[in-house]
Amino acid sequence: MPETLTPERQEATASHAGAGPAARLAARLSGSTLVWPVLALAALVVVNLVVHPDFLSVRVQDGDLYGNVIDILRNAAPVLLIGLGMTLVIATRGIDLSVGAVAAIAGAVACVSITGSSHESALSTAVVASSLALATCIALGLWNGFLVAVLGIQPIIATLVLMTAGRGIAMLITGGQITLVHNTHFDFLSSGFVLALPFAILLALALFAITGLLARRTALGMLIEAVGINPEASRLAGVRARTILWTVYAFSGLCAGLAGLMISANTSAADANNNGLWIELDAILAVVIGGTSLAGGRFSLVGTLVGALFIQTLKTTINVIGIPSEMNYLFKAIAVVAVCLLQSPKARALLTVRRRARVGTKAVAA
Amino acid sequence: MTTADPLAPAVAGSAWDRLRGFAPPSRFLPVITTFALLVGMFGAGAVRYPGFSDPQVVLNLFIDNSFLIVLAVGMTFVILTGGIDLSVGSVVALSTVVAARTMEAGWPPLVSCVLVILIGCTLGLLMGLAIHYFDVQPFIATLAGLFFARGLCFLLAGRPLPIHNKSFSGFAEASISLPGGYYTTWAVVIALLIVAVAAFVLHRTLVGRTVYAIGGNETSALLMGLPVARVKVGVYVVSGLCSALAGLLFSLYMLSGYSLHAVGMELDAIAAVVIGGTLLTGGRGFVVGSVLGVLVLGTIQTFISFDGTLSSWWTKIAIGVLLLAFVVVQRLVVRRQP
Repeated sequence: MPETLTPERQEATASHAGAGPAARLAARLSGSTLVWPVLALAALVVVNLVVHPDFLSVRVQDGDLYGNVIDILRNAAPVLLIGLGMTLVIATRGIDLSVGAVAAIAGAVACVSITGSSHESALSTAVVASSLALATCIALGLWNGFLVAVLGIQPIIATLVLMTAGRGIAMLITGGQITLVHNTHFDFLSSGFVLALPFAILLALALFAITGLLARRTALGMLIEAVGINPEASRLAGVRARTILWTVYAFSGLCAGLAGLMISANTSAADANNNGLWIELDAILAVVIGGTSLAGGRFSLVGTLVGALFIQTLKTTINVIGIPSEMNYLFKAIAVVAVCLLQSPKARALLTVRRRARVGTKAVAA
Repeated sequence: MTTADPLAPAVAGSAWDRLRGFAPPSRFLPVITTFALLVGMFGAGAVRYPGFSDPQVVLNLFIDNSFLIVLAVGMTFVILTGGIDLSVGSVVALSTVVAARTMEAGWPPLVSCVLVILIGCTLGLLMGLAIHYFDVQPFIATLAGLFFARGLCFLLAGRPLPIHNKSFSGFAEASISLPGGYYTTWAVVIALLIVAVAAFVLHRTLVGRTVYAIGGNETSALLMGLPVARVKVGVYVVSGLCSALAGLLFSLYMLSGYSLHAVGMELDAIAAVVIGGTLLTGGRGFVVGSVLGVLVLGTIQTFISFDGTLSSWWTKIAIGVLLLAFVVVQRLVVRRQP
């Protein structure tokens, strides 16, 4: 709820008015929700640079770029995609817990469709399989939208239904087996390179850009926020709240489907139990770290991008430093707590009071 | 459901009139539905599979789900206030690991049990404080708890740790003989005791009424002068305590501590609470409903193991379908009574 901070922020800006542009910039930055995630990401990069000075180096091999940074970008693609859909869902004061299961279903549908076709390694097979998987995921997203928008069920429980049943459905599709596929075109989704960059991150960024344009250059973003602030009021104001809800859940399903295809292409296999396991939590984390409030009504797509990169960089950092990768959980917990407390108005107020008190004593001493 | 309602108006007239005009209060309807479903499932099982109607099957249902019952009790407290606790599965795993680790180091079982309970309560307290005093959303605060507890598990033990302590495993394997050649375990007795205490606290104490009041309307509860802050933090402590106790029961059941124990168990607990008729928005529901919800989940698994031809994934699909049915029915019921 940054609105409650506005008077303080104005006051801060006013008090710095005579202190030159640098102080004014600092005052403005400390009010922005993006500062903390960006600082956290920068801190992680610095830690990496201290441990491995050549962390940021990128080398060219066969015309493609390789290096830690490229790896982070490529591996961040699924969380970024799911986070993108999740941001819009959360902006409507909802949540989509089913994305991990939907990602598993996408992988299952695609892989079973590829192994079932007569030309297993053909490009057309991969395209048909992927389209089939994406269509399934959009349908699943619409189902979530139906439960939330039409039946009016709480989003967390409406999507919990598919979260529980989804992995069962994915296993039903694969027959409980880990389905292996041999199709280089399908693998391209995760390991391919276009213009020297990984195809996965380009695809994710392209969808990110399109979503950003649609949300911020048209009224769509405002309408989504309106539904998040007060669905009833926005309906009375002539916003088609139901249509908006259907759209965001379907979009979340599509994003989860794309991410699921990437995850499954990464191992050339559909593992109904483990594909996209806990990715919904990572995605929600990315959104929250990015400064989007779970209370709805306000969202930051750039924040989600930073959040997704942060989570992936954290994973990589832990590997680089040589801590067992399971420790990941501990660091994630610390990151969530830190970010949540920094964004909580009450904790901020507490900090501001302390700082002001200190400034006050200094003035007296002078 | 079985608790007498102190607020029900005394109905005048003969016993027959009372019986004929009897309609259960609408707030008991969801629990009665769950009970009817459970009875129906058992009836269907008894007709289809020989041996399903054996009372030992019912007793096994309790034996195999004692930890989930305790977990669902804690979750009921949290959900009644309109919150949610995602950390319970991880806290169960942490409890098994701490118990196994300390007993491996030669601690007496009772001391390590106390330590486990303290850890569970502390985690719950921290989450509760963050939720109440810093306005962190319950979902996010307990998500952090989920990651934190799971991370601690890996820090303490990367591999499964068997529990060899004689008195602990002796207690786990001890069975209580019941008349008729049936048996049950101490874990079940402990779980049922916890259920009884929880039901008493919820219906007969100020804390319990405050839990319901917060779920109904937090501001009203505050204006009524109820101890909102203490109780709101308290429900997360209760949930942490129940998770730790469930973790100990789980250690008794598995006789091992492992960081990958109880993955996703928080979802089972939430599903059980919802199937038991508790509203996720808070303010309505009963502990007994949650117990019935756990039994319904357990019966699905019994069904599948008795059948033998059904694959394990049908469990997940069946739970999802049940969850959906209950949520939709609840939604329609709530809509009818504004």
